[in-house]
Amino acid sequence: MASLSLEETVEGGKRLINTSENEDNSAKLEKPTAELPLADLIPSSSSFDPVQAIIEGFKDFKLNEFDPNRPCYDELAKGQEPKFLVFACSDSRVSPSTILNFKPGEAFTVRNIANMVPVFDQLKHSGTGAAIEYAISVLEIPNILVIGHSRCGGIERLMSYPEDRSAPFDFIDDWVKIGLPAKLKVKAIWGNCSFDEQLKQCEKESVKLSLTNLLTYPYVRKAIAKNALKLMGGYYDFVDGKFEVVLFETHFSPPIPAI
Amino acid sequence: MAAPSPTPFSRLFNSSVDARPTSLKTATILGPKLKSGETEQAHLRLLTSFKHLKFKASKEPPGLTQQLDNRKLESLTESENGCDLFEDLKHRFLRFKRRKFKENLDHFQNLAQGQAPKFMIIACADSRVCPSIILGFQPGEAFMVRNVANLVPTFESGPSETNAALEFAVNSLKVENILVIGHSCCGGIRALMSMEDEVDSSFIRSWVVVGKNARLITKSAASNLSFDQQCRHCEKESVNHSLLNLLTYPWIEEKVAEGVLSLHGGYYDFIDCTFEKWTLDYKASNREKNSRFAVKNQFYWC
Repeated sequence: MASLSLEETVEGGKRLINTSENEDNSAKLEKPTAELPLADLIPSSSSFDPVQAIIEGFKDFKLNEFDPNRPCYDELAKGQEPKFLVFACSDSRVSPSTILNFKPGEAFTVRNIANMVPVFDQLKHSGTGAAIEYAISVLEIPNILVIGHSRCGGIERLMSYPEDRSAPFDFIDDWVKIGLPAKLKVKAIWGNCSFDEQLKQCEKESVKLSLTNLLTYPYVRKAIAKNALKLMGGYYDFVDGKFEVVLFETHFSPPIPAI
Repeated sequence: MAAPSPTPFSRLFNSSVDARPTSLKTATILGPKLKSGETEQAHLRLLTSFKHLKFKASKEPPGLTQQLDNRKLESLTESENGCDLFEDLKHRFLRFKRRKFKENLDHFQNLAQGQAPKFMIIACADSRVCPSIILGFQPGEAFMVRNVANLVPTFESGPSETNAALEFAVNSLKVENILVIGHSCCGGIRALMSMEDEVDSSFIRSWVVVGKNARLITKSAASNLSFDQQCRHCEKESVNHSLLNLLTYPWIEEKVAEGVLSLHGGYYDFIDCTFEKWTLDYKASNREKNSRFAVKNQFYWC
């Protein structure tokens, strides 16, 4: 596969950006044309050095995962055939790769606040729509998994606002209100329970709502009609260390005679 | 330490199956066509059922221990049967629980009280580029948004999933770093570069048009290169444009100017397994809108 040489890549970048002369005191500027052996990278004096953190992480991945499995990664580079489209929350505690051990190539993953799937809307929600369209129409992924989780900040905001009379956010409220039908259902059924219990129920109901919303996308409907797609919901409780799965099915009852 | 007696895992699994069908009456008919003889008589009811399966992991190690130690990429078994998928998910979760959750129980209990990640990551939804894997982020370390082509729309473009996440990460969680990671062979960037000028009704195009400035710059700067090379150029250009778009958010620019928030770009090439990273140098940059910015701390790891 043709690729830019490092010099061309850097030149292309340099036409746009001016490498700063003024260096940050905590790190020295390395010329990008030099190949940096991972062992020689800069130690940091601060207690958390973001650069050091990702250096260590990438080094570990390359040495322990990528290099020993080179043939697999060469195949992956040619194209992906993931079996899952995953919707998960952006919460730092719930990465699907971590909790469900998805390896590279296995899960096309969308992460957003409160793992929501909005109803089909090409103007307002083109981001989600693009991911679904690409996953189902182009990659023909056979399973969609929407994963909710405990102590979700997005769900908490949905359930608290505007009743708590706090100031509105610029964008968060507009997003989490996708989950309003779930909130109304929770208030109707569990309205007399503690707020914590209502939050937990809403975390789960919102997953079911997202699964239902998936049906508003024509590519999803088509794939389901062909029996080429399964929809599943998951719930990760990191307080108790549990995971549960829900299969979302549609089917006809046996015929009921009209006598 | 005495080895606990193995618990037959399948018995535990089956005992927690709890099927609760819920029926909904609706005019929408989904699914296969009815046999012709029944159409006149049948009352059509669409049953939507949620089959509920719980993984009640026991405190003892499961009896069925599969060899999940191999580092090779495992392809999932193709199956029409939902139960095989559940088995797969079950094993995946229990492996995590056994290897990470139980080993670090105190840490996970602390995390359950609240998260304080230092990073917000914006990465592509592509299955090959999960930042948790390639950069080793552990639970609690990185708040993550993943969308097609790791794009960041401008503040002016109005509410979207990406900027809702930005607002939460920057204003509520107060992350100190935002890292936008592009990657090689990006389908979304390829779609952006392939777009014709006329209006296209697909979702993908409605979304990737967020990166249209990156495409314009690429077309003018790299028009002599092959299409593949132009895509590669655009993959990196689009990261830079996302960084510029981040600065259109007043609460982001404020924090960057104060020095409490840093914006970084990254590029993961999975053909050769290399990673480039650079940091936006706000102080050295021209502060006019949409102008170029300076970078510092530029690295290339291979």
